[in-house]
Amino acid sequence: MTDTSIDERPRHLRIANPKPARNRQDALVILASSLAAVLLSLIVAGLVLWVSGKDATALFEKMWENLTSSNKLYEMVDRATPMIIAGVAVAIGFKMNLFNIGVEGQYLMGVFFAAVIGTQFELPAVLHVALIMVVALVAGSLWAAVAAVLKVTRGVNEVIATIMLNALALNLIDFLFTEYFRFESASLDVKTKPLPTTAWFPELVSGRLSAYILVALAVALIYWLIVFKSRFGYRLRASGVNAGAARTGGIAAKKMILASMLLSGAIAGLTGLKYLLGESYAYGPTRPEGFGFNGIAVALLGRNHPAGIVISALLFGFLDSLSGPLQIAKIPSSIVLVIKAIILLGVVIVNEVVSVKVARRTADRTAAQLEVAGAAA
Amino acid sequence: MSATIALPDSAPPPPPDSPKMSLALRVLGSRKLLWTGLSLFVVLSIIRATQDGADDLTSSGTIETTLRFTMPILLAGLAGLWAERVGVVNIGIEGMMIFGTWFGGYAAWKWGPWVGLLAAIIGGMLGGLIHAVATVTFNVNHVISGVALNTLAFGSMRYLSELLWDRSDIQGAGISQSPQQKSALPRFDLPFVSGGRIGSWQSPDLMGWFEKRGWPILGDIGGIVKGLTTNVSAGTLIALSLVPISVWVLWRTRFGLRLRSSGESPQAAESLGVRVIPLRYAGLLISGGFAGLGGGYLAIVASSYYRQGQTANKGFIGLATTIAGNWRPTGVLASGFLFGYPEALNRVGRDAIRHLLLFGFIIALIWCITSLIRGKWARTAFGAVIGGLLLQQWLIIDENGISESLTGGLPYAITLVVLAVFSQRLRPPAHAGMPYRPGDSH
Repeated sequence: MTDTSIDERPRHLRIANPKPARNRQDALVILASSLAAVLLSLIVAGLVLWVSGKDATALFEKMWENLTSSNKLYEMVDRATPMIIAGVAVAIGFKMNLFNIGVEGQYLMGVFFAAVIGTQFELPAVLHVALIMVVALVAGSLWAAVAAVLKVTRGVNEVIATIMLNALALNLIDFLFTEYFRFESASLDVKTKPLPTTAWFPELVSGRLSAYILVALAVALIYWLIVFKSRFGYRLRASGVNAGAARTGGIAAKKMILASMLLSGAIAGLTGLKYLLGESYAYGPTRPEGFGFNGIAVALLGRNHPAGIVISALLFGFLDSLSGPLQIAKIPSSIVLVIKAIILLGVVIVNEVVSVKVARRTADRTAAQLEVAGAAA
Repeated sequence: MSATIALPDSAPPPPPDSPKMSLALRVLGSRKLLWTGLSLFVVLSIIRATQDGADDLTSSGTIETTLRFTMPILLAGLAGLWAERVGVVNIGIEGMMIFGTWFGGYAAWKWGPWVGLLAAIIGGMLGGLIHAVATVTFNVNHVISGVALNTLAFGSMRYLSELLWDRSDIQGAGISQSPQQKSALPRFDLPFVSGGRIGSWQSPDLMGWFEKRGWPILGDIGGIVKGLTTNVSAGTLIALSLVPISVWVLWRTRFGLRLRSSGESPQAAESLGVRVIPLRYAGLLISGGFAGLGGGYLAIVASSYYRQGQTANKGFIGLATTIAGNWRPTGVLASGFLFGYPEALNRVGRDAIRHLLLFGFIIALIWCITSLIRGKWARTAFGAVIGGLLLQQWLIIDENGISESLTGGLPYAITLVVLAVFSQRLRPPAHAGMPYRPGDSH
């Protein structure tokens, strides 16, 4: 934007809104600020440990140990897998200015119905897995549809609706599980009927890393294609940035809310399948939990960008992989949760501060250019 | 950056509180709601008097438990109300309540219940302060800050539990539970109404007498009044008194007017010389204090120890009562009872809860008839389907028929239904949830 001379070309050839030369510099700013937030939260965690009389250096020692052990790195990727998917699900909502707090309930519905319906069929391996994934997609999507329909037809805030649906999902699943789908087996563990081996997901590294990470990466890729490269994605982002302008531009807001919520719920439905198809092969009380929050945090930390989501999910997976070693070092593993929450708060605060700074700088520059242009004219 | 000012929607303004209106009308807000409430009560009374095992629908035991279960929801709802009235959406109530339960439980175990309540309030205010720093000073999205706060509260309080109570030398303590408190808050019975003592003399138990007779209407009134006046903890009285106090402060004082104007249109308030930022801090500290007290109630009054997960989504349900109560303290109280009642019935009146299905069927029937008169066919069909389902379930279910996990979901389902029915008639504070920076609009 150094050229401030007045554009003499005919109107239709002028570049209406010249793109500021910002991409690389802004990416660096974002990266630096996110790193700062992460470092800050680690320092706070260290301080907390030190104040409470624990060995703070052990935290960083364990981190280094985990980073240098290949088994722990596999665990990190494995733990990051569902977070990538949950993060993408949340990010789709964010792109549309919708808060899908309901990822938690949506993936539980996905896991449960996948576990129940998956045992009803006998199919060859690939088909069986595909069928289960479709069931999970549909179940998550339908559960999200409740909130979407309530929002579109009755104006119910989706935040409250999805929170209630999370609690309701747990109750509904408990009811269906205890009344209808409890499988009486010889052993004492209470689970649904186990899935046949045709539904098992292969492993990349035996006992360490499920191949489900490939599904997660594919989800991130598809998210990128749909949201950033398709017409639908353009409409979605337009409605998210400025709903009024998008409506004026002929984008049906209600349809977009429904579509994005259904898509978000569908992807959320896939979150829990790593647990179902790669670990337990049945639904039981040791169900996965907490990926709703992790998804929100990962989406925010990754700024709704697929690459950012994958990287932040890896970071959160890494933090989760610390809980075992920390326990051994006599450090309460709940410190990991504290670190995550502080990272989330820190990142959103830093994002706000940076975006205000950037906006102010842009405004100042524009003002300066206007002055120059005014003087020239 | 230009701030958007949302226009208030076209819902009619709340009725003016003129002194002519009776107290009941002022609490409920409209004549229609009063008549609806009364006729529903009559229906419930007839069901109670005619059906087997339905006594607990309005027994004093149920109502007493309802009161105890409603108070945390009420306090959470008031917390949401104070925050949203000042212009900040508070999803972090759950987290602030967790702070309250932990600090309350710890202090009550160490220094007695009164200190415990105070500590709970301070703990909640700490949460409010964090939320205020993030949302008011740094303009972080309110929902995100709240979600982060909930996790921070859960994680840090668990950390403290692991640190302090995961030892064998404190009896009854553990990784997720505090030791038992030694003393409790005083409890009262009202003399003459429900047999309270005056000195050493036991006064007559009038309402209990009515309840035992079991006549329709009178027996129910007896049960309800006795339930509301028996074994009432000092904590309950404090919580209930905060409803009129909130009304008075928010609608009758200068501070309240400024606070509400900051939630409706901070730019306008600012132009009149109100300093919005300190007000929002004050509002969020008060909100946090209410939520913390709600947590303290759970740990000190409703039980006698802190337990992980004690809040059990009460913060979120409280937020729903803020909305369903149309951002008015009395509305929050009324909808609080709506959520506390099924929970209490689920706990103490398991054999009576199936009769709620019949109650639901009658409501659906009335709904059908009124929609039919107004010629709204889709609504009629919807009501008929729901009503048919309820009736069919009621006919096939026996005493212990309903699964506990299904009735446990009742409060959440009620929330969704209530919000779906009333959402469009509600008028939230116009600026709640939106970013604000002083001086932006000039």
